[in-house]
Amino acid sequence: MQTTRRTFLQASLATAAAAHLPSSLHAQQGQPARRPIPSSREEMPIVGLGTWITFNVGNDPVLRDECAAVMAAFFEGGGRMIDSSPMYGSSQPVVGYGLQKLGRPPAIFSAEKVWTSSATAGPAQIEQSRRFWGVPKFDLVQVHNLLAWKAHLQTLLQMKAAGTVRYVGITTSEGRRHDLVEQIMRNEPIDFVQFSYNVVDREAEARLLPLAAERGIAVIVNRPFRQGELTNRLGKKPLPEWAAELGVSSWAQLMLKFILSHPAVTVAVPATTRVDHVRENLSAAAGPMPDLATRQRISAHVQAL
Amino acid sequence: MSEWWTYRAEDFLLFSPRVYWRMFETHNAALWPLHVVTLATGLLIILLITWRPGIWARWIVLILAVLWIFVGWSFLWNRYSSINWAAAYIALAFAVEAGLLLILSLRDGLAFDRRGPVAWTGYLILAFAIAGQPLLAPLQGRGWASSEVFGIAPDPTAIATLGVLLLARGGLVPWLLPIPVLWCLLSGITLRTMGEPQAWAPYAAVALAAAAWIWTIIRQRGSLPAA
Repeated sequence: MQTTRRTFLQASLATAAAAHLPSSLHAQQGQPARRPIPSSREEMPIVGLGTWITFNVGNDPVLRDECAAVMAAFFEGGGRMIDSSPMYGSSQPVVGYGLQKLGRPPAIFSAEKVWTSSATAGPAQIEQSRRFWGVPKFDLVQVHNLLAWKAHLQTLLQMKAAGTVRYVGITTSEGRRHDLVEQIMRNEPIDFVQFSYNVVDREAEARLLPLAAERGIAVIVNRPFRQGELTNRLGKKPLPEWAAELGVSSWAQLMLKFILSHPAVTVAVPATTRVDHVRENLSAAAGPMPDLATRQRISAHVQAL
Repeated sequence: MSEWWTYRAEDFLLFSPRVYWRMFETHNAALWPLHVVTLATGLLIILLITWRPGIWARWIVLILAVLWIFVGWSFLWNRYSSINWAAAYIALAFAVEAGLLLILSLRDGLAFDRRGPVAWTGYLILAFAIAGQPLLAPLQGRGWASSEVFGIAPDPTAIATLGVLLLARGGLVPWLLPIPVLWCLLSGITLRTMGEPQAWAPYAAVALAAAAWIWTIIRQRGSLPAA
């Protein structure tokens, strides 16, 4: 029988379920589980921190300190990856403020983006972003929403060769331009790909996630809660009784476990303004993960509500 | 931007309602008690239009020009642009509106001699911008600290300008309309996307002003002699 990507993934999920943890998922007591970045085998906690909207607080000192508190809880809980973009208003300087306030935690894995239609403006924008963060260099720079992707990817690959960035990638969101994403994943030497994937938006399962596993590309999942829409919608409804078997106490944790239990997912980047939520998100990366049947059950249950 | 039809207004909202309203709180705190002066200026504009519009017309327009450049610089450029990069470009549009008002002031080509329903609509819009808009924050439970005040915040400044322009007559008036109208529509979209009920305010101001202008145009055409 010919092994298709779909059957390969289903087999991976079944094997992982038998071991109670998805394949390549490494966990320590009380810490979020980790997965290796395929291109380097560097291990990454599977829950990161997004900054879209939540960290765009301008120069407001009270709100900046709240963001720094979220970052502090994130690092204390074992998190590493913080993801931002020049598109996100003041998020970059706010991340930089938090890093400075926290004494530049060595665990930080800085994930940034280049977002400009001008091919020549890319390097200057990346340098401006680096200054906002206050880091010596970025761990990862991604071409945001595939904007001018050919030119920017060439720039990023040159930077990687020169050692001024460690990993390169591309991003999209909300299911846009998956054909082009797939084409780039097949033909370009990228380390990371970022797209939307959650309990109701499962288009990525058909092509992108299997292709990432096949090509050894790390996957960052954005919009795990559809920008709060899912958590707001489900918040007042009771969790199903069977969710207790997964050790979850909230819808956010259940939905995160659905995402994180896919073996091709490397890290999800939920965004939040609350310390209790960042702890809750990180705790979803520990403990038992749903097997294939439970994943289907979670998705069906949420879609039925 | 490819697949542009897949984007919604929500995709362009870069900040949360809490951050948006706190921006007004910090802006008000930084400029207080300038609010007293700008509100007094608004009342002065109403008085001058009703009292001796012929003499003071150019000064009314000059006051508006100063307020547009001030709001564009202090709020849009210095504050709003920190959470919305597009605000820097909108600040330039506010500067253009200020420039147009300044040209109008120098040319002295304006007459505040409208009467009837159109004039009353103008007064209504102007009165709402100066006296009504600041009440929306406490009425919606946000407290006075985040109130939007004429000459300090963009919405009441743009809405008041629509009111003044409804009361005015002159060849350059149509050139002054697009920027306040576009700002009101943009602000309405932003507020509606955030789920804020007060989105109706800028929308209603534009709708009332548009109805009044259409009424004026119909009446003018109706009064023309048949060819």
